[in-house]
Amino acid sequence: MDTKAEEDWGSGDSFVDVRPRPGEAEYYDSAPKPSSSFLELRDLRVHFPTDDGLVRSADGLSFTLERGRTLGIVGESGSGKSVTSLAIMGLHKQGTAKITGEIWLDGEELVAASAERVRELRGKKMAMIFQDPLSALHPYYTIGTQIIEAYRIHNKVSKAVARKHAIEMLDRVGIPQPSSRVDDYPHQFSGGMRQRAMIAMALSCDPELLIADEPTTALDVTVQAQILDLIRDLQQEFNSAVIIITHDLGVVAELADNIMVMYAGRTAEYGPVDDIFNRPQHPYTWGLLGSMPRLDKERADRLLPIMGTPPSLINVPSGCPFHPRCNYAKLTGGLSTDEVPKLRSVDGDHSVACHLTAEQRLHAWETDIKPNL
Amino acid sequence: MITFIIRRLFAAVLMLLVVSMVTFAVFFLVPRLAGQTTDQLAAQYVGKNPSPTQIHAMEVKLGLDAPLYVQYGRFLKGIVAGQTFNDGPDVSVCPAPCFGYSFKNQEPVWPQMLSALPVTGSLAIGAAIIWVVFGVGIGVLSALRRGTVFDRAAMTVALAGVSLPVFFTALLSLAIFRDTIPLFPDAGTFIPFSQDPLRWAGALVLPWVTLAFLYAALYARLTRAGMLDTMNEDFIRTARAKGLVERRVVVKHGLRATLTPIVTIFGLDLGLLIGGAVLTETAFSLPGLGRFAVNAINNKDLPEILGVTMLAGFFVVMANLIVDILYAVIDPRVRY
Repeated sequence: MDTKAEEDWGSGDSFVDVRPRPGEAEYYDSAPKPSSSFLELRDLRVHFPTDDGLVRSADGLSFTLERGRTLGIVGESGSGKSVTSLAIMGLHKQGTAKITGEIWLDGEELVAASAERVRELRGKKMAMIFQDPLSALHPYYTIGTQIIEAYRIHNKVSKAVARKHAIEMLDRVGIPQPSSRVDDYPHQFSGGMRQRAMIAMALSCDPELLIADEPTTALDVTVQAQILDLIRDLQQEFNSAVIIITHDLGVVAELADNIMVMYAGRTAEYGPVDDIFNRPQHPYTWGLLGSMPRLDKERADRLLPIMGTPPSLINVPSGCPFHPRCNYAKLTGGLSTDEVPKLRSVDGDHSVACHLTAEQRLHAWETDIKPNL
Repeated sequence: MITFIIRRLFAAVLMLLVVSMVTFAVFFLVPRLAGQTTDQLAAQYVGKNPSPTQIHAMEVKLGLDAPLYVQYGRFLKGIVAGQTFNDGPDVSVCPAPCFGYSFKNQEPVWPQMLSALPVTGSLAIGAAIIWVVFGVGIGVLSALRRGTVFDRAAMTVALAGVSLPVFFTALLSLAIFRDTIPLFPDAGTFIPFSQDPLRWAGALVLPWVTLAFLYAALYARLTRAGMLDTMNEDFIRTARAKGLVERRVVVKHGLRATLTPIVTIFGLDLGLLIGGAVLTETAFSLPGLGRFAVNAINNKDLPEILGVTMLAGFFVVMANLIVDILYAVIDPRVRY
C-alpha cells in the first residue's frame, strides 16, 4: 500500500487492526465466536474512502437483538443510522464502502460471507422498508407485480399462487379491496397505502429481521400512528426482530424495547426505553429530549435545541465527538477533547459513552435538564 | 384509452393543417409580402425570355391570379381529390394525392416522392436498428462499468461520433471500404430490395453504419446518463433489498425505467429521418427524400419543395402521435 492510500485511510489508532495474524499462535484461538443472539453486531465499522478523506459513517458499533424485540436507533441526520442498517442488509456497493467487524444473524456471519449468500438472505431472512415509499416502489410496475416478484425470488411457486399470497399480504396490512388494488400502480395509492404495500412486500417472505428506516417520516401524522401500530401488530404475529431507525423519539417510545442513541457513527447511549426516557445519561440524549415538542405537558418557554450542527464524518472531533456541542465538556477537565469515551455500563443493560462521572451526570440531569423538559 | 387515441389523432390532423398553412404561406405569401408580383412568380415556370402573354397564361393556369385563400383551398383539395391545371389545350393532370405539380419537370410531385420514400425508409430503419442495439447496449455497459477502461473508451468513441460530421465519415468510409478495399462495391448507389435483397443490403451497409454511428453515439451517452441516474434511485435499492440477482435488478428495474424516455426520443428521431436524411443521402448519392429536397431547392422548384416539406412534416407529426400513444402504454403514470 502506498503512503497516499495510508493517509486516506486515516491515522487514528481506532483503525489499526490489532487482531492476531495468521501464523501467530493466538490467531487460531481468535477465530470469531458465533453469536448466541439472533442478531449481533461486533465492532461494526463502515468507512467510505473519498477524495476528501475517510468518511467514518459507522465507527465501532456493537449491539445484540433477539427475536420478538425491537431496537430503536435514534440520531440526527448523518449520524450513521441508515449506513448501519444498509450494512446489515449488505446493500452497500462493493468497493465504495469498507466494512469491518462482525454481523451475526442467526449464527451466520455476514461481513465475510459471499455477496451471493447475503443476497439469498436478503428479502427472506431480513427485509427492509424505506423512508419514502413513492420513490422506493418502482413506478412502472403494479404493486402486485412487485410483491409477487419479491415472493417468487425465495419461494418456488407459480405466479397464480404468488398472486394469491400478494393479495393476502395486502389484506393483512389493511389495504381495502386487495384483490382489485393488487393491480394498481404505486402512484394510484395514497402515501400511507404505499407504505402499507411496502410493508406487505417486505413481509411477504416472513423475514425474521425487519429493518424500518424512518418508515413514517414521509407520512401524515395520522397515518404515522397507523403504520406504527401495523408494524407492532405484525411483529407480534411473526415474532420477528425489528430495528426501527428514526430521528423521532416519539416513534421509538411507541415501538422500541431498547434504544441506541447514535452520534457521529458511534453509540452515545444504549438502554431500555424506560431508562433512556427517565434516566438519560448522555448530554446528547438530553439534547434530543429537550428538542422534542410535547403535548402532554405545558411548557413555559421554547424548545431547547442542541446548539451547533452534527460534525463532518471526515473530521470527527477528537476525543468525545460531541464535545464541541456539549455544555458540560469543561467539567471533564480536558478528557473530552483527548480521549474517545468508551461505552460503559451504568446499570444493567443501560450504558453510556461519556466522560462525566455518575455524580456529575445525575446532578446535571436533576438540576438543569429534567425541570425544563 | 380509445378516447385518448382519438383525441391525439384529432390533434395530429389539426397539427398537419397548421403545418400545411405555414408552409403554404412561406412559399406563396412571403414572396408577395416581399414585393414579388404574381407575374414574376409565374415567370419562373415559363422558360427563358417569355412574352407577357405567356406569363399571364401560366399565371391563370397555375391559379396564381386567384386570392391566396382560394389557392390554399385548391391545394388542400388537390391532396384529397387531385388537381387539373387547365389552360385550353395545354392540360396538366395531377392525380390525388396531389402535393403539387412540378412545371419544371412537367410531372406531379407525389410519384417522385413515392419512389424516393423506400430509399429513405431503407436507410433510416436499417440505421435505426443498428444504433438502438449498439447505442443502448454500450450505454448500459458503460454505466455499469463506470470509470473503467471500457467506459472511457466507449465515451471517447461516442464523443467522436457526436462530433464528426456525417459528410466527413461518409466520404471516409467510401474511400476506405469501397475504393481502397472493395468490400462494398455497390456503396454509393441504391439497388431496390425487390431487385436483389443481398445487393440492396450490401449497398446500404456503409450508409447505415455512417448514420448509425452518429445516432449510436448520442444514444450511448443518453443511455449511460439515464442509467447512472436510475441505478441511484430508491426503487433500485428496494429491488436489491428483495434479494434480486443483480442482472435482474439491472434489466428489469433499471433498464425499464431508463428506456422509457429514450423511446420518445427514438420515435422523434426516426420520424425526422424518414422525412429525409439529407446529408447521408447526398454523401452516398442515394435517391431518397433528402436528396429530392436538396435538388428541389437547387432548382428553385417551389411545388417540389412545398410537397417534400409537407411530407416531412407529416412524418414528424405521425412520429409524435405514435410516441404519445406508446408513452401512455409504457408509462402507467401518464394520464389520458
